[in-house]
Amino acid sequence: MTRTAPSGSMRHNPDAGPRMDFTPKPAAAPLRKMVLSQAAMEFRLIIRNGEQVALTLIVPLLLLVFFNLPMLYSLSDRRIDFVVPSILALGIMSSAFTGLAIGTGFERKYLVLKRLGATALPRAALVGGKTLAILLLEVVQATLICALGFALGWHPHGNPLLAVLLLVLGTLAFGGLGMLVAGTLRAEVVLAVANLVWLVLMFCGGIALPLSRFPDGVADVLRLLPSAALSEGLHRILQDGSRPGWGVLITLVIWSVGGLAAAARFFRWE
Amino acid sequence: MDAAVEIADLVKTYGARTAISGISLRVEPGEILALLGPNGAGKTTTIEICEGFRTADSGSVRILGLDPIADATALRPRVGVMLQDGVGGYNAAKAGELLGLFASYAAYPQDCAALLDAVGLGDAAEVPVKRLSGGQRQRLSLALALVGRPELVFLDEPTAGMDPHARRSAWELLESMRADGVTIVLTTHYLDEAERLADSVVVMDGGRIAARGTLAELTSAGAEGQVRFKAPPGLALRGLTDALPLGSAAIEESSGRYLVSGVVDPQLLAALTAWCAGQGVFAEGLAVERRSLEDVFLALTAGSAARS
Ligand SMILES: Nc1ncnc2c1ncn2[C@@H]1O[C@H](COP(=O)(O)OP(=O)(O)O)[C@@H](O)[C@H]1O
Ligand SMILES: [Mg+2]
Repeated sequence: MTRTAPSGSMRHNPDAGPRMDFTPKPAAAPLRKMVLSQAAMEFRLIIRNGEQVALTLIVPLLLLVFFNLPMLYSLSDRRIDFVVPSILALGIMSSAFTGLAIGTGFERKYLVLKRLGATALPRAALVGGKTLAILLLEVVQATLICALGFALGWHPHGNPLLAVLLLVLGTLAFGGLGMLVAGTLRAEVVLAVANLVWLVLMFCGGIALPLSRFPDGVADVLRLLPSAALSEGLHRILQDGSRPGWGVLITLVIWSVGGLAAAARFFRWE
Repeated sequence: MDAAVEIADLVKTYGARTAISGISLRVEPGEILALLGPNGAGKTTTIEICEGFRTADSGSVRILGLDPIADATALRPRVGVMLQDGVGGYNAAKAGELLGLFASYAAYPQDCAALLDAVGLGDAAEVPVKRLSGGQRQRLSLALALVGRPELVFLDEPTAGMDPHARRSAWELLESMRADGVTIVLTTHYLDEAERLADSVVVMDGGRIAARGTLAELTSAGAEGQVRFKAPPGLALRGLTDALPLGSAAIEESSGRYLVSGVVDPQLLAALTAWCAGQGVFAEGLAVERRSLEDVFLALTAGSAARS
């Protein structure tokens, strides 16, 4: 970058800094660079936002401790082995659905998305950056949850890679739904809906309470929820040491494809 | 050579309301064009159609020879944008961070620190966007529009909310951009801004182009004007009116504040100051007032009404 000396004193304003060179040289940066800097920015903003940190990091850890207390209901197996997979699923829902939806909803409201639409950043790179930021957040989150779990005597079973695969699938399913909500409703409504869904799914979507506690017919329907599929899959792997089962995988894939397609179709940028 | 912006017969309606009724205009490469007009004239609508944010009902728009929507990918790096409704950046990001982010979208960005200095935000790099004052946001918004070294910029009311000092340095910035070959389309309410900067002026009113030309061309016809000054209250103004050229009038608007209206030319000023000297009155803050945009409109519409 060239910084030329101030030109004639008539033109030069001492407070305005040195004379810049504005000679046009427009070109977009490489896509990879855009995605990475976008992801870095989004991640920093999440970490800086107290409510997002509470929702995605602190509350799941508190609930991990809370649900591990034998207060709400009794379990036949070791309690912590049930609770950690539940909280991992809850964490995905916090980051990829509630957090993403609220963050994006307000970005829409404050015209961030509109403004970004007038830059060289392609929408795919914006979505890519958001996805990377959420995945990074989830790594931090899962690390903290597992660490606290181990401290509380958690003994995971099964194939950790399968669990990671399931967490990624869950992220896609909830991320698509999060973007759908963020892109179609007013920011204030997004805030309410995203929090309410989070609460309802936590208790009725197979996370905090095993679905076996619901009447059979009801449980069969609830099993189709993305939270239930994710939670059930994680429990089968990490608690039982078995495989997630095709039903779980198919459910999550359907939610992912449906949610992402609907978000792509109905998302309004301003 | 392609025009930087070429608009032909543009029409845009919002439901039953017609915001733009068939305007045509051309912006030459390297010039500053000012779109002047009162609120609701259709300036933002026109600019946002050029930016690809809104679609026209009919008419054609070519930006750097390309279509603003179909060719958006090719155009976006080449066009810098300043929205009317604020920075439109992450509120929680720091000013410097946000500029750095926008710089990362460009292959050859400006040096962010130097650009922040140039817009007078050198001390505010660490301040979150949400804590910036209105004028500071405007300056950041300007920097965001420029950081990618665009060849064409659309600035919607770029100096709204800036203090006079910031406004002046923004003008200097825009002038150096023009000197370096950037084409600038801006909207403004301020006649002085257009006068200082614009190579051509397009006056919009009610979705139509009311007049176009250089500002001198626009304001020369029928140069009615006003002179204001302060003096001791209760001057005998009848004598002043008699001393002034025919068709002029003098009134005391409020105690000690005087307004002279008429054709403001050297004769009128000479007569006014001679009369004051004769009365032993010092006319404080004597100022020839520019015609306001509204005045220009009145003159324009009166002219077209008389012709038809
Ligand atoms: N999104 C919109 N929906 C409905 N009416 C609009 C919208 N945007 C602008 N208008 C109307 O179109 C007219 C022109 O507005 P605008 O382009 O914003 O004017 P300006 O920028 O000159 O103030 C106004 O009457 C305004 O109320
Ligand atoms: Mg406007």
